[in-house]
Amino acid sequence: MRSGVKGSARRRWLAASALAGAVGIFAPAAARAETGSAPAGAAAASAAQVAPLQAAATQSVGPEAARPERSGDSSIRPFRFRASDEALAEMRRRIAATQWPEKETVADSSQGVPLATMRKLARYWATDYDWRKAESKLNALPQFVTNIDGLDIHFIHVRSKHPDALPLVISHGWPGSVLEQIKLVGPLTDPTAHGGRADDAFHVVIPSMPGYGFSGKPASPGWGPERMARAWAELMNRLGYARYVAQGGDWGAFVVDQMGLQAPAGLLAVHTNMPATVPADVDKALLAGAPPPAGLSDEEKRAFDQLVRTFRQVDYARLMGSRPQTLYGIADSPVGLAAWLLDHNDADGQPAAAVASALDRTSSAAGELTRDEILDNITLYWLTNTGVSASRLYWEYKGGFFNAKGVKTPVAVTVFPGEQYEAPRSWTERAYPNLIYYSRAQKGGHFAAWEQPRIFAEELRAAFRTLR
Amino acid sequence: MMFESRPRIGRRELLATTMLVGAIGACLPAAAQAATTPAPSIAAETTVAPASAEATAAGASAAIAAAAQPDGDTSIRPFRAHVSEEAVADMRRRLRSTRWPDKETVDDRSQGAQLANLQPLVRYWATGYDWRKGEAKLNAFAQFMTRIDGVDIHFFHVRSKHPDARPMIITHGWPGSVFEQIKLIEPLTDPTAHGGRAEDAFHVVIPSLPGYGFSSRPTETGWGAERIARAWDVLMKRLGYGRYLAQGGDWGAAVVEAMARQAPPGLLGIHTNLPAVFPPDAAAAIGSPGPGPAGLSDTERAALEDVRRFIGSGGWGYYQMMTARPQAVGYGLTDSPTGLAAYMLVHGGFGKWNYGEDPNQTPTVDEVLDNFSLHWLTNTVVSGARLYWENRDQNLLSAEAQKTREIKVPVAITVFPEDDLFRAPESWARRAFPSLVYFNQAERGGHFAAWEEPQIFARELRAAFNSLR
Repeated sequence: MRSGVKGSARRRWLAASALAGAVGIFAPAAARAETGSAPAGAAAASAAQVAPLQAAATQSVGPEAARPERSGDSSIRPFRFRASDEALAEMRRRIAATQWPEKETVADSSQGVPLATMRKLARYWATDYDWRKAESKLNALPQFVTNIDGLDIHFIHVRSKHPDALPLVISHGWPGSVLEQIKLVGPLTDPTAHGGRADDAFHVVIPSMPGYGFSGKPASPGWGPERMARAWAELMNRLGYARYVAQGGDWGAFVVDQMGLQAPAGLLAVHTNMPATVPADVDKALLAGAPPPAGLSDEEKRAFDQLVRTFRQVDYARLMGSRPQTLYGIADSPVGLAAWLLDHNDADGQPAAAVASALDRTSSAAGELTRDEILDNITLYWLTNTGVSASRLYWEYKGGFFNAKGVKTPVAVTVFPGEQYEAPRSWTERAYPNLIYYSRAQKGGHFAAWEQPRIFAEELRAAFRTLR
Repeated sequence: MMFESRPRIGRRELLATTMLVGAIGACLPAAAQAATTPAPSIAAETTVAPASAEATAAGASAAIAAAAQPDGDTSIRPFRAHVSEEAVADMRRRLRSTRWPDKETVDDRSQGAQLANLQPLVRYWATGYDWRKGEAKLNAFAQFMTRIDGVDIHFFHVRSKHPDARPMIITHGWPGSVFEQIKLIEPLTDPTAHGGRAEDAFHVVIPSLPGYGFSSRPTETGWGAERIARAWDVLMKRLGYGRYLAQGGDWGAAVVEAMARQAPPGLLGIHTNLPAVFPPDAAAAIGSPGPGPAGLSDTERAALEDVRRFIGSGGWGYYQMMTARPQAVGYGLTDSPTGLAAYMLVHGGFGKWNYGEDPNQTPTVDEVLDNFSLHWLTNTVVSGARLYWENRDQNLLSAEAQKTREIKVPVAITVFPEDDLFRAPESWARRAFPSLVYFNQAERGGHFAAWEEPQIFARELRAAFNSLR
């Protein structure tokens, strides 16, 4: 949001300089880029960090080849992305030339996203949809790239004008990107302009996960949530944030759970909107397809039933978890990619319900998810050719999903009603013994930040209020 | 399916077809004549319309409708495969303009088809490979279309010159097609030229599964193994075969087991190379940790551990995905021939396939590309995948799930030792199939045994069904 970068350019320049100086990596270029829109030349130079993606046959190696990983170089480089006109024309050409399958043999979405839905979306995507608007939204926010643990990490970094703002790192998930969270930037960094108080303010850091968006693509295994958690701690240190909080949903929830377990110096607390609270006996029953253990409360029984439904709908995760490199089709076909990213569980339940309903929403007064935002995210995957590298995160992770992980650091939880399961307070208190906040939001689902950014921002304010 | 029907049926074929239709249940000299000689070039030519652009798709759909045989029409029409030059050119163009993902992050196949293997394969597919040769392999044998239960079924029908030959229907699986089985046709129909005796001869019927290859794509639900099994009986009876045998592996195994349960009059026996032999305790142990049932023999223990290893290492991800969401995974494979190939290469049957590095390995590169091209050019990736969705309640390994003990029809089993999934133990096979008449472990061959080792496969079928004379 543009409102996120309001304020005195000079003051923020100073703040950024001070920050950089604090950790001994003065990066004037970064600060300059942050305080104003970069000149065209700089934009072109930064955009060049992402290799042109249009020439299919020539693109036998990924963009990371054009973005050398410079281990040991801890500089923070400004970043802007501008897709080439050729890349956009090529994407539109491919969409228009899609070879389609026949219609599904059912009248609902039980075999996948229905043909009529995909064709309608593709028609709009290839004609009236405008990626440049998404690019402008992104480039309105200061973005940087820095090499951590051998990999270039892209991140949005927006400092609040309020001096006591609390630094916050927010992790997205799959099939999302930093685009899920950009609507949070304004409310979080500039609360007084968004119904909050000055002491609700956050400095916001939103990294792209490795293999996602503009971050580098790992060329070797090992980049699971544990390593990402260490990388985020390093990122916050590098930005000079000695005390900070972390937030995540979906894969971001795994990352913040790992941050909680690792408890790096300076991490005050984490907030998760996909808490891992399932007790061991319940988890065992779920994995075995057995009935629930005796003695569950009504609320716990309801959560159990929701998890049963969820575990029936994770075949996309199983495929990516076992053979991510099978998915060449989503690297080669924009419509294939879109269908894969949209088909995140059955539309009868979350999270696809929110996405499916968004496909019919062409404008939104309250910040709810729109069709353009869905396409912004899919287009980002396409233009960065990250369908497969993003899938690999499922392959990297071999641990449990919703089981309690033993996080002892302070944890705040918001339960959104449309989440995979609504974590009962009882389970949440057992899973997170240092629970500092538990709340049930009125609206929102698995992509809560994307779906209900205002509610989400209010939740973060409330969740971390006691830490200020 | 996108048939642009051009009924240029020559007079002789017209007569043959007419007689076929009229002569159900009788001896079929005309059919025999048509079958024993390669189909002449004047046979009916069916063109597959280009399926490339959105704009043309509607036209292609219209072509399907135009080609549809009315329900109730039991005629048998001669068929030749001919894909339009535009469709072939479009496939090549798409292959050449493949946009690739980055390299996998491991040095083996554990994440799927390796980039360094797939890129040369696709390069060859786009440049050196010749679909017309694949098409010629199909058109070397007599093919027909007939409508059964609302779906147009494409099939090979090759009669042996030996009068006592026994009719046999052979069913392919996924990610295969009739290309898997055409190398069986000559050894089975003409055994004296292939190391066998005249009494080893079969009349061979090889259909394309509904939604596969040149068969039409079901537009309604319900085309699981049971319904296909019933359709195959209709097909054999329509061809005049009152007594016949059935063979299948992979999904074909599910079909022949269903046929055996249904036991239509005239079904003399089945042969399967993927038998559902797992007893209940071992079947239950596949998906749960722990030592598994006590008292297993070494062979039984190995079968259980092989399946556990296969699934545990992610070998079944493709299966679960197509079972759950065929349409979701299908868009990318329908729009990208490279995506299609990579997805099919994840099948365990290709686990040891070396992309032509060993020129003696079968299937050869050209044979594999024939099969992928057929799936691509007929635009049947999703309809093919839907077979998994249709059979989502099936368990192809469990004897109990397949109700094998109810089968009275004689059952023959060949175990191929290089199948990635498991090797059925004879002890389990005997428990699962009380009507087992033949059990043998072949010396070579894997999941695609007919494709890999057609001579051994044909020899197995002769031996298996000799006991039924």
